[in-house]
Amino acid sequence: MTGGAPRRVWGLVYRHLALYRRSWPRLLELMYWPVLQMLVWGFVTSYIGGNIGAAGGAAGALGVAAGVLLGGVLLWEVSLRSQMGFSISFLEEVWSRNLGHIFVSPLRPRELVAGLACMSVVRVVVGVLPAVGLAYVLYRFGLFSMGPVVVAFIAALLLMGWAVALGVVSLILRYGAGAEALAWSILMGITPIAAVFYPVAVLPSWLQPVSLALPAAHVFEGMRAALLDGRVAWDHLAWAFALDAFWLAAMAWVFLSQFRAARVKGALLNIGE
Amino acid sequence: MPSPAILVEALSKRYRNDAPPAVSDLSFSMPRGATWGLLGGNGAGKTTTIAMLLGLLVPTSGRVEALGHDMARDRFAALARMNFSSPYLALPSRLSVAENLRVYAHLYNVPRAEKRIAELAEQLQLTDLLDRPSGQLSAGQKTRVALAKALVNRPELLLLDEPTASLDPDTGDWVRTWLERYRAESGCSILLASHNMAEVERLCGHVLMLKQGRAVDQGSPAALLQRYGRDDLEDVFLDIARGRRSREEAAVLA
Repeated sequence: MTGGAPRRVWGLVYRHLALYRRSWPRLLELMYWPVLQMLVWGFVTSYIGGNIGAAGGAAGALGVAAGVLLGGVLLWEVSLRSQMGFSISFLEEVWSRNLGHIFVSPLRPRELVAGLACMSVVRVVVGVLPAVGLAYVLYRFGLFSMGPVVVAFIAALLLMGWAVALGVVSLILRYGAGAEALAWSILMGITPIAAVFYPVAVLPSWLQPVSLALPAAHVFEGMRAALLDGRVAWDHLAWAFALDAFWLAAMAWVFLSQFRAARVKGALLNIGE
Repeated sequence: MPSPAILVEALSKRYRNDAPPAVSDLSFSMPRGATWGLLGGNGAGKTTTIAMLLGLLVPTSGRVEALGHDMARDRFAALARMNFSSPYLALPSRLSVAENLRVYAHLYNVPRAEKRIAELAEQLQLTDLLDRPSGQLSAGQKTRVALAKALVNRPELLLLDEPTASLDPDTGDWVRTWLERYRAESGCSILLASHNMAEVERLCGHVLMLKQGRAVDQGSPAALLQRYGRDDLEDVFLDIARGRRSREEAAVLA
């Protein structure tokens, strides 16, 4: 980044922080879904656990099963919130008809991406931390009990969220605000193949390579290795970050191509329409 | 000799291959410190031209230089030294006026931002509005805030798209008077697109008339009035829009 770039990125971040300071419903919405998801899955886990316990199952196995489900819910929320934080921050500019001002300022596209990524981190922290706290208070599940490796899992899922969000923003540049529904739905749609709640091996064999092309599948295989076997699956961790690098590079290329195409077609003039 | 504020050479823009060009073979050189008006009916190519000057739109052919920077290769260096205001763009409505100005002070890397914001607020009578959400302002107040945003980086080149559209005559006059004073004090170059002929006559030293994407005439307001034998620029505009010839052309043909 050139001189003044950190300040320009801060300018964009400040714009969104000021928005949240003045809009409590937006702030509440950040926490609402992660907490709701955690509560639903927490009670499902308690219910199933109670039934297995009544049938004479081992208490230790119950705790581990609960951990695998709740860990999956909380870590998947990192990816979801990361992607939404990035895409919705971009959409906020579209909705407020401010995008034209942003694009005629000296803010470079890479600085725009950096600002949106910062907002994504803020939204993940504000959105997921309350759910992590509640999971501990209500179900005695500590996300960080799987060890320091959880930080690497969170980082890999954040990066995956950014890669998907770059794709969503590219589609908004290509098709206008009509593509905004993707900001909410696209990552939900790949949940079945992201191996969040079950191993990749459960999927049909033809679908397994598709699943293994996602960084999330490796993160969740790694999470299960940490919770069930108490070990760090370095191979899965390495795959997760390598795939993140690949998808981020690919989506950055798509974003820059669509940005250039939007400047050729004049789409930046009327992207909100 | 400094480079022109804006240099446009053989600029064309065609959005689709099967459609006529929105701008065709446009060339002009606007000197530093000048105020020029860009006039034309709806669809004449004003917005497309301004978008290409700002680097928002890539020309099909031709080139644009702003403040000596080639907009195809070096647009961010130019953008840091220019600014833009349009009633068709908005500032985030939930942010206060001060917050919005602070955002753009950061984006334009303005030194001593708070001092600059206070200075602009005083000049544009915004001091009492600084803590109000931008969305709660009247049209006139929003125009003044948009002007403050456009001036936050002390631009050497200011592009204004219909700066007094939808304003009452009193507020419109206030904005025009303010722009006249600002230009005199700052030496800033201004390119103004407007449908308000009285405004163009009052503010602009030179007018570029566009029709169907082409520059069909240009000159000072006085020269245009004389050329078309008219008393006000609105009649000149109508003559050009309706294809009536200037006195000189008519004399040649006669």
